[in-house]
Amino acid sequence: MAQIIVENLVKTFTVSERAAGLWGAVRGVVRRRHRTVRALDGVSFTVDQGELIGYIGPNGAGKSTTVKTLAGILVPDSGRCEVLGRVPWSDRIAHVARIGVVFGQRTQLWWDLPVADSFELLRDIYRVPQRHYAAARDELIALLNLEALLDVPVRQLSLGQRMRCDLAAALLHAPSILFLDEPTIGLDAISKLAVRDFIKRLNRERGVTVILTTHDMDDIEALCTRVVVIGDGRILSDGTLSELRNRVTRERWLTIDLVDAEESIEDPAVTLVRQDGHRVCLAFDPQRVSSAELIQRITRAHAIRDLFVENPPIETIVARLYRLPAAAPSRAVET
Amino acid sequence: MTRLHLGAYRAVLSARFRMLLQYRAAALAGLWTQIFFGLVLIMIYEAFYRSTTARPPMAFRELVSYVWLGQALLAMLSWNADAEIRAMVRSGAVAYELCRPIDLYALWYVRAIASRTAPTILRALPMCVFAAVILPLVGLGEWRLAAPPTAAAAVAFGATIVCALLLGCALTTLSNITLLWTISGEGAVILLTTCATFFSGLIIPLPLFPDWVQPILRALPFAGLVDLPFRVFTGHLPAAAAASILSRQIFWTIVLVLFGRWLLSRGMRRIVVQGG
Amino acid sequence: MNAIRLYGRYASISLRGQMAYRASFLMQTIGQFLLTGIEFLGIWALLNRFGQIKGWTLPEVAFFYGLISITWSLADAVTRGFDVFAGTVKSGEFDRLLLRPRSTILQLFGHELTLRRMGRLIQGLFVFGFAVAAADIEWSVPRVSLVVLAVAGGVCLFVGLLILEATSAFWTTEGLEVWNAFTYGGVTMSQYPLDIYRPWFRRFFLVVVPLGCISYLPGVAVLGRPDPLGTPVPLQWAAPLAGPIFLLACLQVWRFGVRRYQSTGS
Repeated sequence: MAQIIVENLVKTFTVSERAAGLWGAVRGVVRRRHRTVRALDGVSFTVDQGELIGYIGPNGAGKSTTVKTLAGILVPDSGRCEVLGRVPWSDRIAHVARIGVVFGQRTQLWWDLPVADSFELLRDIYRVPQRHYAAARDELIALLNLEALLDVPVRQLSLGQRMRCDLAAALLHAPSILFLDEPTIGLDAISKLAVRDFIKRLNRERGVTVILTTHDMDDIEALCTRVVVIGDGRILSDGTLSELRNRVTRERWLTIDLVDAEESIEDPAVTLVRQDGHRVCLAFDPQRVSSAELIQRITRAHAIRDLFVENPPIETIVARLYRLPAAAPSRAVET
Repeated sequence: MTRLHLGAYRAVLSARFRMLLQYRAAALAGLWTQIFFGLVLIMIYEAFYRSTTARPPMAFRELVSYVWLGQALLAMLSWNADAEIRAMVRSGAVAYELCRPIDLYALWYVRAIASRTAPTILRALPMCVFAAVILPLVGLGEWRLAAPPTAAAAVAFGATIVCALLLGCALTTLSNITLLWTISGEGAVILLTTCATFFSGLIIPLPLFPDWVQPILRALPFAGLVDLPFRVFTGHLPAAAAASILSRQIFWTIVLVLFGRWLLSRGMRRIVVQGG
Repeated sequence: MNAIRLYGRYASISLRGQMAYRASFLMQTIGQFLLTGIEFLGIWALLNRFGQIKGWTLPEVAFFYGLISITWSLADAVTRGFDVFAGTVKSGEFDRLLLRPRSTILQLFGHELTLRRMGRLIQGLFVFGFAVAAADIEWSVPRVSLVVLAVAGGVCLFVGLLILEATSAFWTTEGLEVWNAFTYGGVTMSQYPLDIYRPWFRRFFLVVVPLGCISYLPGVAVLGRPDPLGTPVPLQWAAPLAGPIFLLACLQVWRFGVRRYQSTGS
């Protein structure tokens, strides 16, 4: 059953430009220049109940615009949008009562209040009946290990602790859909795992639909069965992770730790991705040469300490999708 | 070396201007608010003056100029403690200031002057244009800011207003220093600000106070902050009075500076002893 | 939980937070009391010298002064959320308000109940008390109700002005303080009876920003003085209604502003 229906969403923004320098500022007093940005250029997709979707794309691609539109705080120029049978921005209050939103970088809790007080205030704001609230609250505290944090003012929490509290806060009113915007950003490894585990359980055991916007591809690999890729306001890919990979490239990467750092590996079947001292990363097409055969060839020709085979990182996949150089400088890739 | 200085100075100046130009909306709003205040105050005085046949101690024209001067120079007419320093004391960061091998009093004093000069000039110019030029143009000439009656008066005003700034900054610095005593310091600042605001003539010109209060007002240091320089401008006080006014201002400035320095050393010791 | 109870919750949380810094709060309240106190002292000094202002005596001026002080301090105490609204929009925090199933206005009221405004409130009550004692007022139940209604209407009006000021944050990033003239300037102006001002000034503040309707007109009716402006007595009694009407208009502008925010994003 489709919970979210998005059809041909279009949204344009006008951005006023400030020319640099003193002369630009003086001109700015008299006249402001404007630039139109097409943030959403015909975005369409559907989400069924219980899906866990990764929504990825480079900065400025239109991710947050989409999420804001679905949340009801942004009105698009044209297109159709229905969430839980309702147009999000038409009946804001009824709509936001059924969804939860967590921003990775901004907490929704009250800065000076103990966590428990924030929870109670949210109960009152969302008009959650006491019984439901008590049950949800106890369960979330247990699942997310918040017992020790209840009396701590939010400003004293670490990033990982805050995120767990924010997750609980967003679920107190039992929303059917949860929007997560960069939930694991800045978290330490343990917190990341805890958060991911929680989201997975939430989705698998309770059927909460989750839309996850993130730059962390490990999140995507760990959680999402379906990945929607947006770029320049348009959906570039919508399907499973393996479908996405296969669509872009069948390439796989062989990473080798050489004994001798001076060596370079030459082989007609491989292209060099990068070489950092001992570590060499090679790209190859498994259809032209199997990994087993390639490994045999290379180990015969060179002294190897260790090696492993992997898929190219998602960033590379996604970057190839746009035919742009990948974002992180350490992953220089030739297209 | 000079070229380097000049270049850096120009960069800071242009950055400042850029910032101020971006806040043009806020600046205009503030200007409008002050104009409104000025008009309300003038109308109130006008109603008072029409209610009596007795001759008040100040002429209405002089009072009008007094009001506009107060609005024009408002940016320098606050003797409250600096918000930045208040935050520093609260957070304890002031301990770092005290550790630096510089004359802290001089630093705070110069900071007080610097933070008042630019905003005052930037506000005074359009305010004076409005009060002196635009009001007559819209037919409200009887409410305009009149120029000083003589060149001597203008010069005397220039001198006394500069000393008013110096005196005022000594007062502000004193306020800042008392903050080192946290709670009781806050109380002291409140008393200081209240007295300064009231007895300086900022609320109403001092001559309008009851006659029996006048000797007290003359004895206090605050008159030199607002009332005396303003009345030199309007001609209510002759330009020749400038000498005695200046000497009074300078005297009180020195007293406040010396007291402030002494208090600061006591305060520093207190902070160091308490561990910040 | 309905809106009023939710506001009660917001308020109690806010008060608890402020009481944690008791000494500082006390200081600031006393400071406000003194600063507003010298303001009235100035008025006293002027009336002492001139005897009266256009026929109004000290107790009568004190009546108007006390009334507007009480009204403004109450409005000021509940509207801090609107004061800081420009920052709320800039930081993106307003999005969070939109994501909650409650009116944004209610949430902004709930932002803080500023206790230190009590300094001005107490001073206003003192001055008003003096006026009641010194002026020759024929009190009656209707007159007392009129005072209450005037305060209520006045609070509505000031809240409306502050909402207008907050709304401008939707259009400019710097937050327009144009309205400060009408709030702070309006309070200063209303400390004296409206009829002392020029006719064009009076008209503006009776019809456009009806400050005169929540201070002067009901004040004249309670004091029992014949109105120098010649307004009919029933109009004086009905005048406080201008406050809520003005507020409703401002709320419309707010809604328009929110819609615009939702169309253009932050």
